[in-house]
Amino acid sequence: MVDAEHTICAAYGGLETFGAGRCLNPSGLFYGILRRSGRGGLGLRARLALSLCIRRQPWNLVDATDTSHPDYYHRVVDCQWACPAHTDVPEYIRLIAQGLFTEAYLLNRQSNVFPAILGRVCDRPCEPACRRGRIESKPVAICRLKRVAADNRGDITGRLPPVPRLKNGKRIACIGAGCASLTVANDLLPLGYEVTIFEQNDRPGGLMRSNIPAFRLPEPVLDEEIGMILGMGVELRLGERIDSLRALIETGRFDAVFVGSGAPKGKELRLPGRDEAAANVHIGISWLESVAFGHVDRIGERVLIIGVGNTAMDCCRTSLRLGARTVRVIARKPRGFFKASPWELEDAEEENVEILVNRSPKAFVIDNGRLAGMRFECMEYELDAHGRIVAERVADEQFLPADDVILAIGQENAFPWIERDLGIAFDKWNVPVVDARTFQSTRPGVFFGGDAAFGPKNIIWAVEHGHQAAISIHRHCHGEPLTERLPPGLNLQSRKMGMHEWAYANDYAPIERRLMPHVSLKERFKKLNIEVELGFSAEQAAAEAQRCLNCDVQTVFSAKLCIECDACIDICPVDCLTITSNGTEVELRAHLKAPAQNLAQPLYVSAALPQTGRVMVKDEDLCVHCGLCAERCPTAAWDMQKSLLHWPHAEDEARALEQRKPKIA
Amino acid sequence: MTFIAKPKVTHPSLPPNALGLTRRAYEGALSTLCAGCGHDSITAAIVEACWRLSLEPQNLVKLSGIGCSSKTTAYFVSGAHGFNAVHGRMPSIATGANAANRRLSYIGVSGDGDTLSIGLGQFCHAIRRNLDMLYIIENNGVYGLTKGQFSASADIGSRAKKGETNRQPPIDPVLLALDLGAPFVARSFSGDKRQLVPLIEAGLKHRGFALIDILSPCVTFNDHEGSTKSYAYTREHYEPAVLADFVPREQPISIDYPPGEAREVALHDGSRIVLRKIGADYDPTDRTAAHAAVQARGGSGEYLTGLIYLEAADRHAEFHQVNATPEAPLNSLPFEQLSPGSTALRTILARYR
Repeated sequence: MVDAEHTICAAYGGLETFGAGRCLNPSGLFYGILRRSGRGGLGLRARLALSLCIRRQPWNLVDATDTSHPDYYHRVVDCQWACPAHTDVPEYIRLIAQGLFTEAYLLNRQSNVFPAILGRVCDRPCEPACRRGRIESKPVAICRLKRVAADNRGDITGRLPPVPRLKNGKRIACIGAGCASLTVANDLLPLGYEVTIFEQNDRPGGLMRSNIPAFRLPEPVLDEEIGMILGMGVELRLGERIDSLRALIETGRFDAVFVGSGAPKGKELRLPGRDEAAANVHIGISWLESVAFGHVDRIGERVLIIGVGNTAMDCCRTSLRLGARTVRVIARKPRGFFKASPWELEDAEEENVEILVNRSPKAFVIDNGRLAGMRFECMEYELDAHGRIVAERVADEQFLPADDVILAIGQENAFPWIERDLGIAFDKWNVPVVDARTFQSTRPGVFFGGDAAFGPKNIIWAVEHGHQAAISIHRHCHGEPLTERLPPGLNLQSRKMGMHEWAYANDYAPIERRLMPHVSLKERFKKLNIEVELGFSAEQAAAEAQRCLNCDVQTVFSAKLCIECDACIDICPVDCLTITSNGTEVELRAHLKAPAQNLAQPLYVSAALPQTGRVMVKDEDLCVHCGLCAERCPTAAWDMQKSLLHWPHAEDEARALEQRKPKIA
Repeated sequence: MTFIAKPKVTHPSLPPNALGLTRRAYEGALSTLCAGCGHDSITAAIVEACWRLSLEPQNLVKLSGIGCSSKTTAYFVSGAHGFNAVHGRMPSIATGANAANRRLSYIGVSGDGDTLSIGLGQFCHAIRRNLDMLYIIENNGVYGLTKGQFSASADIGSRAKKGETNRQPPIDPVLLALDLGAPFVARSFSGDKRQLVPLIEAGLKHRGFALIDILSPCVTFNDHEGSTKSYAYTREHYEPAVLADFVPREQPISIDYPPGEAREVALHDGSRIVLRKIGADYDPTDRTAAHAAVQARGGSGEYLTGLIYLEAADRHAEFHQVNATPEAPLNSLPFEQLSPGSTALRTILARYR
């Protein structure tokens, strides 16, 4: 991209003056100049001279950071950036701190739809991202605070989006009553759509109900939040399994179809003895489903769980509640490679589940026509410096006795009920091709979301898929191109209230993460549905809420006001500010007051400062948002401004489309 | 000022010094000065210098008089000893403390009022005695604490915030110190830590009187147009004479200096100052030339900064040599030695009969 004409005069090398174009891409600059020089074939010395010359030119400096793009400040709020649904975490934690639990719940519900459910079982991508985890060792207990809001909220009747009595005449079919379909219904019903959900089981909830044991997610919690959506007027067709998508489409009743049927097929382990042992070998997710629906209520004394993901954790803990005495989880690889979330591993190990590593299943051992155990190869791995496996060998073999074996080695999508000639393209893994942004398949009007779209992920992903699919469905039904969706927006509003007064709690609270109280080991196995986690007490919630760093209260800098007095730099407790002369990114990083720990985090670079032309550089990575830079700034060049992300949902699309409609006079 | 204390949280990779302390261990109480005050920047530079020198906090003595500047000793190295003297009388206290214990490092922080008006006499005599201390003047040309009257360092023609023009000539502490024979004279700017921090390190390690006159804009009463000590004016009229790098004893010189452009001066404890020339030929070991250079620049409204004059270590006798003070601190001497008794007194008196 050439935006100006410059003349470069190389100091030596005998180069003459020539015209050159400025390329915004620094690596492209050199070549851009050579290409435009009209000389070609410059000698080595000339090239060297030229590159030296270029390095010192003003346009090779880092450009001032464009903070007007919503992504810039959004990214600073690490939890919100990491959350697929972009839940406004700092704001709901603030509401909890103020005791406004109902408001905190409703704010959550806007983006993640199932706060009480997710407050218990979310995979919490926000917590590993949390800045507190980089400042101290443990992140804020974001997920469990969400549960605090749900546990303590008041009545929300009348505070959910109203559903119009007059419908808009568009009918949507959702296949599967899981979190993705329910989110689609939640977003479209208030816009006047008629939504029909087909569910093969006799109760809604999908994998949330069938695969998450009741001791982690009690049924009343599930029923209540699903009920809120059903209560908006979903036509729920339970026990109706869709066996042919063609038949559904050909009814002509529906303007769009959303497939939210999950990834319902557990992976099989074909090993010798599998068929003979069939009665005592179970597929993890199907087995959990049978337990959830009351078809299975006991298991053998010795149980082996194959696989070490979150499903394996649910299987081993469920086994303990159905009468198993020794439960062993078998992992093929060392601990660093486990798929399960660290907290789920922790909870299982608390219940004395033994996790055996480096054992690769070899065969099911049959004795007298009955499963006697399994034979494993004991593996040895060689790791490189990055912890990757570079070599493996079988060191030994081992037999482990078992009465039952549960396979929890992954799950897959299966679409035997989608005819292949409907215009829905399938890829080489036999999975439909789905657009990652619009969630539409290659057949207009057929959308996918949740595990059905891109394979097994967590609930929170399925919820966001549902939100995005709802936008697409709305645009589809109104004949608007799916890709021209509303962009996200971001508002900034100053938190300055007066002298030394800021409208947020900016004290850094040096408290450690609160521990979740659990039901005692003696009590919890008495029944299958005793919820293990008790939830935070009021005191715990109040303390934990104070650990949030208010990353959404942004440090906003205006270069033209700065007098370079260094007050902000001197006071910053985590040394994240530097004033230095501008240079290349590498040069700027070399001059930081404290080394940047996270090289993936781009530096904030201001415009040139008025007095010296230097720049203000900020490494956002460790900023604790204490506001002292703004507090100490004599000219208010720094200000603390709360960012409010506007992440569009279907209702925003509807409003925008409504406004664009020509008004009939 | 602010009421919000700096939280104790730190950058996880803050490096420790030889004592295992991070920079944060050298901080002090919450500053109550105006936001953006140059003095706070100097405080930060002192913190940085003390950390870099791995000074043991209990071996530092902070002395001050009265004024905004003199409050700042509370804001750094809270583990150090401190004495807040009567207005302009900090050198007397420093003299007494120095005589009582020569093993400690002494840092005096004063302002242009405390030093050049009420304390001018004390200041001159501290130089004359060649007290072993670092004397910092936080010079902003204005009486900030009493709401912005001209101080004795205000330049002729400089305008006050309310508009009146100063018509009295300034006292330049650098010229005064050069005249009075100070062995270490420097001038710097609160907004230039790259220059200031090594100067403070060198000043603390220098044996004898070290003066650093630091231009430190008063953001509330003297940072307007027409002021000659504002941030903007200082930056425009700021001319570093030499670059001084402080090299501790243990550390070999790692920076590569072009030949002929750098010269090393050893301090008493074996650490060194490397002086690097920049621009015009300037010799910081020639007192007469230094005097002339400061005067010439001053006449044209420029501030010559950097290590302006440094005397070779063997050319001056400092306070302890002249007064034959004991090597050991007085509080460690036995009572009999401190108070030799009436017989000894009679012997001494007999000498005067």
